[in-house]
Amino acid sequence: MKKKITCIECPQGCQLEVDVENGYVVKVTGNKCDKGTDYAKQEIENPMRVLTSTVQSDGLELKMVPVRTDKTIPKSQVLKAMAEVQKIKLTQPVKVGEVIMKNILGTEANLIATRPAAKRSFPS
Amino acid sequence: MAAAVAAHEAGVKDILLLERDQYLGGILNQCIHQGFGLHHFKEELTGPEYADRFIKQIENLPQIEVSLSSMVVRLTKDRVLTYFKPGEMVELKAKALIMATGCRERTREMVHIPGARPAGIYPAGLAQKMINIEGWLPGKEVVIVGSGDIGLIMARRFTLEGAKVQAVIEIQKESRGLIRNVVQCLEDFEIPLYFQHKIRTLKGKDRVESVEVVEVDDNYNEKPETRFGLSCDTVLISVGLIPENELIEMAGVTDVIKIDLPGVFVCGNSYKVYDLVDWVTRDSVKAGKMAAEYLRSQM
Ligand code: SF4
Repeated sequence: MKKKITCIECPQGCQLEVDVENGYVVKVTGNKCDKGTDYAKQEIENPMRVLTSTVQSDGLELKMVPVRTDKTIPKSQVLKAMAEVQKIKLTQPVKVGEVIMKNILGTEANLIATRPAAKRSFPS
Repeated sequence: MAAAVAAHEAGVKDILLLERDQYLGGILNQCIHQGFGLHHFKEELTGPEYADRFIKQIENLPQIEVSLSSMVVRLTKDRVLTYFKPGEMVELKAKALIMATGCRERTREMVHIPGARPAGIYPAGLAQKMINIEGWLPGKEVVIVGSGDIGLIMARRFTLEGAKVQAVIEIQKESRGLIRNVVQCLEDFEIPLYFQHKIRTLKGKDRVESVEVVEVDDNYNEKPETRFGLSCDTVLISVGLIPENELIEMAGVTDVIKIDLPGVFVCGNSYKVYDLVDWVTRDSVKAGKMAAEYLRSQM
């Protein structure tokens, strides 16, 4: 099977043509350098992404606290991980980098806060 | 913040940082995606994390006084500025002034989309603020006009939050955004991107109901036989930014690039529209140093 993907390792954005057999990359053409081959392998065989989103809060100064996974997770798990993120309601203050959910969906990635949120000092 | 820290490092000991919002960090706070800091911090950070690095530096420098919820409403050529903060109006004269007032978004009016004027049309950055800061999802079925980075990022953001993004419509032949965003925000979710297309009409009574899309040729003439409809309750406009420079214009500057007011410096997106925050930081550091040098020359 042939697949067309765009290499994103540099702004050149080479259009790669990838021969795939049983889910594995056997040949890459269209790349202007070796990074293109590695990128195609990773993207076709095991695409990974960092998930960034927000979680709701209650009693904190921010209504929404931004979060991300501290490592990449399989692309196929992104929407499932998102469903978990949407269930969270933060009630305790957080600092940047603080873990909000450990080992999300067994991916070994933790969900961490990316912005500090203190207790709300006035009712609103 | 980078300019303030740089001015401080260059020996300026009395710095006031005025921020219109309730928090430091500006637009970075709503840019919760990654892609910031690869050059400056050699790490890939989200917008809030990038801002937080500078906020922490500022907090450790007592000579930089921060005034939040402070909106400057007047500026004269002698650097007298007037600002409001809760319960107070302040007038003061700065010996040197660094403007880092950022950008605002181009609106629908600037891209001439014909049709009705229903609710449901947002600049992409405003929708970003609604979702990431306020926690409201503006709609469930979305068409995005313009393939600038904010539009692409919002295509993914809406999808993650459970909305259906019907398409991104770009009148040019190629994306105005980074390839990486085309791949990870659109291709990952199989969102179609139509080049050389535009919205022909926008339909809906109270709320947007649909748009009619048409292909255009190299001279932007419509090809009527290519028309098709897309249903949607939300249209995002992502067609670029314009520097926000009303204050220095008020002070008499006509061209921000060769700004000719002694002691006034402009940096960040209000100087020119950057696509990487790392370069904003680099140039803002320069502005901070230049302001410090100017002050020394006046002593
Ligand atoms: S293949 Fe090499 S040159 Fe082409 S986009 Fe990838 S990294 Fe850049």
